[in-house]
Amino acid sequence: MEHKRITLFAGHYGSGKTNIAVNYTLALKKQRDMVMLADLDIVNPYYRAKDSAEALEDRGIRVISSFFANSNVDLPALPQDIYAITDDKRWTCVLDVGGDDRGALALGRLVPAIREENDYEMLLVVNRFRPLTRDAQSVMEVVSEIESACRLPFTGIVNNSNLGAETTAEDVLGSLAYAGEVSRLSGLPIRMTTVEERILPALQGKVPDLFPMKLQKRPTE
Amino acid sequence: MAEKVLMKGNEAIAEAALMAGCRHYFGYPITPQTELTAYMAKRLPKMDGVFLQAESELAAINMVIGVSAAGKRAMTSSSSPGISLKGEGLSYLAGCDLPAFVVNVQRGGPGLGGIQPSQSDYFQATRGTHGDYRTIVLAPDSVQEMVSLTIKGFELADKYRMTAMLLADGTLGQMMEPVSLDADEIVTFEKPWAACGTGMKRPNNIINSLSLIPEELEQWNLTRFKRYDIVEQNEVMYEEYMMEDAEICLVSFGITARVSKNAIAEARAKGIKAGMIRPITLWPFPKKPLLAAAQTVKAFVTVEMNMGQMIEDVELATRCLKPVISCTRCGGVIPSPDDVMAAIDKACEIGGAAK
Repeated sequence: MEHKRITLFAGHYGSGKTNIAVNYTLALKKQRDMVMLADLDIVNPYYRAKDSAEALEDRGIRVISSFFANSNVDLPALPQDIYAITDDKRWTCVLDVGGDDRGALALGRLVPAIREENDYEMLLVVNRFRPLTRDAQSVMEVVSEIESACRLPFTGIVNNSNLGAETTAEDVLGSLAYAGEVSRLSGLPIRMTTVEERILPALQGKVPDLFPMKLQKRPTE
Repeated sequence: MAEKVLMKGNEAIAEAALMAGCRHYFGYPITPQTELTAYMAKRLPKMDGVFLQAESELAAINMVIGVSAAGKRAMTSSSSPGISLKGEGLSYLAGCDLPAFVVNVQRGGPGLGGIQPSQSDYFQATRGTHGDYRTIVLAPDSVQEMVSLTIKGFELADKYRMTAMLLADGTLGQMMEPVSLDADEIVTFEKPWAACGTGMKRPNNIINSLSLIPEELEQWNLTRFKRYDIVEQNEVMYEEYMMEDAEICLVSFGITARVSKNAIAEARAKGIKAGMIRPITLWPFPKKPLLAAAQTVKAFVTVEMNMGQMIEDVELATRCLKPVISCTRCGGVIPSPDDVMAAIDKACEIGGAAK
């Protein structure tokens, strides 16, 4: 797959950024040697990229995450290692940005260097089944809030419309018009449509740029 | 049926409260319930509602008292340490016979504790703070049930003029599940007692918890407890799961009930006849079905994320007729199906059930 040196996933709270970032990093690792995932989420105390750190590190992927993530300390701090993203250009980087404008704020300190290098893709993750982003208009509100918080414009869209484990192929097909409308209003191209591997066969050939993903499972489900 | 949406538990509570007609939210952020506050901050101003981030938890609960006294549906939410701060207000609500809807998305304790899930506020929720009073305590085990019990909570609070508390935990608050937001019937009540202006047509309504005359204060308590008796008779909610032939009865609420269901499947596959009674109302507690089960099962297993709190209510309800084995994890740790399975095995040995 084609990619820039830095790929950022941002969007509405709970739109699925972490799950995509983890899956995307794993896919990148098949093409590149030095791949890192940076968990910049300072908003969400539960369910973070760090949950997958061991599995990623086993595959030789570098994971940068707050020392406090998943600990019992509720501290919105980022580690100094995050400067490696922009300072050490040997690495291909995936950034999991926290939700909404509050999450995107943490990106600010990296933005001047990211813009100067200009080898990045800033992807807007959208899910039609999230109650506060059910139509393209409300997505546009989130877009302008995030862009003004982090001062980095989006360059593309990831259609991640899903209902968790209950998602059907019809749900994904039904979300294409929504993603198209977001694309029309924002002027951004749709880079990919995510799909859980379970329903991939039903969608292959029907949806362009499908990106297959695994769902993270937890013992209470 | 309306199309489902994917929601976090905390968001689902907020949306359900709006469906129930709540337009007044007062709160203060605390992990792991902050999404509820954030969601209200986004939604309420667009609905001509009032969202106010109070200067403290104590301020927030007193704002709830004020709005409730004026006859409107009001709510606040927090997580364990924040609920302690609201404690005084909870007692005042009871003393004033005011309805309120309060959410506790529990985290590990005591003290500042941690931010991972727990059920260690069971005593606090079911027993309350100072004075003789009761709180209706609702314990959902899914995001969908967080919606239905929030709507039910507002209804029960108004019906009995008391606090209904939704007792969730960090996992339920944070987990995402598909939910249907079809409105159940929203039941509302006339509030002739509310202090919302006399229109010069009636005497003032006075809302107050202070009486310096012991006989009068005693009478207030007696009247209040007659209402609590009705709640105990009419509002008990529980789920019976695979209890028809059960020899081992698990008792568990909220998120641990889901782990227990997985363990029951494992136990049944091994030939152990396990089932569960899941209290949905922690007060009023489902005493009758538990006492009935005590006649037929060999042993009980309580599964909780605390050091063993609900077990006391199970032992009381079953009059200790059968052994009760406690399976607990705490501090933010969720019991695994294996933890529960080990307790089921122990219950089989002690109770003499077939393995």
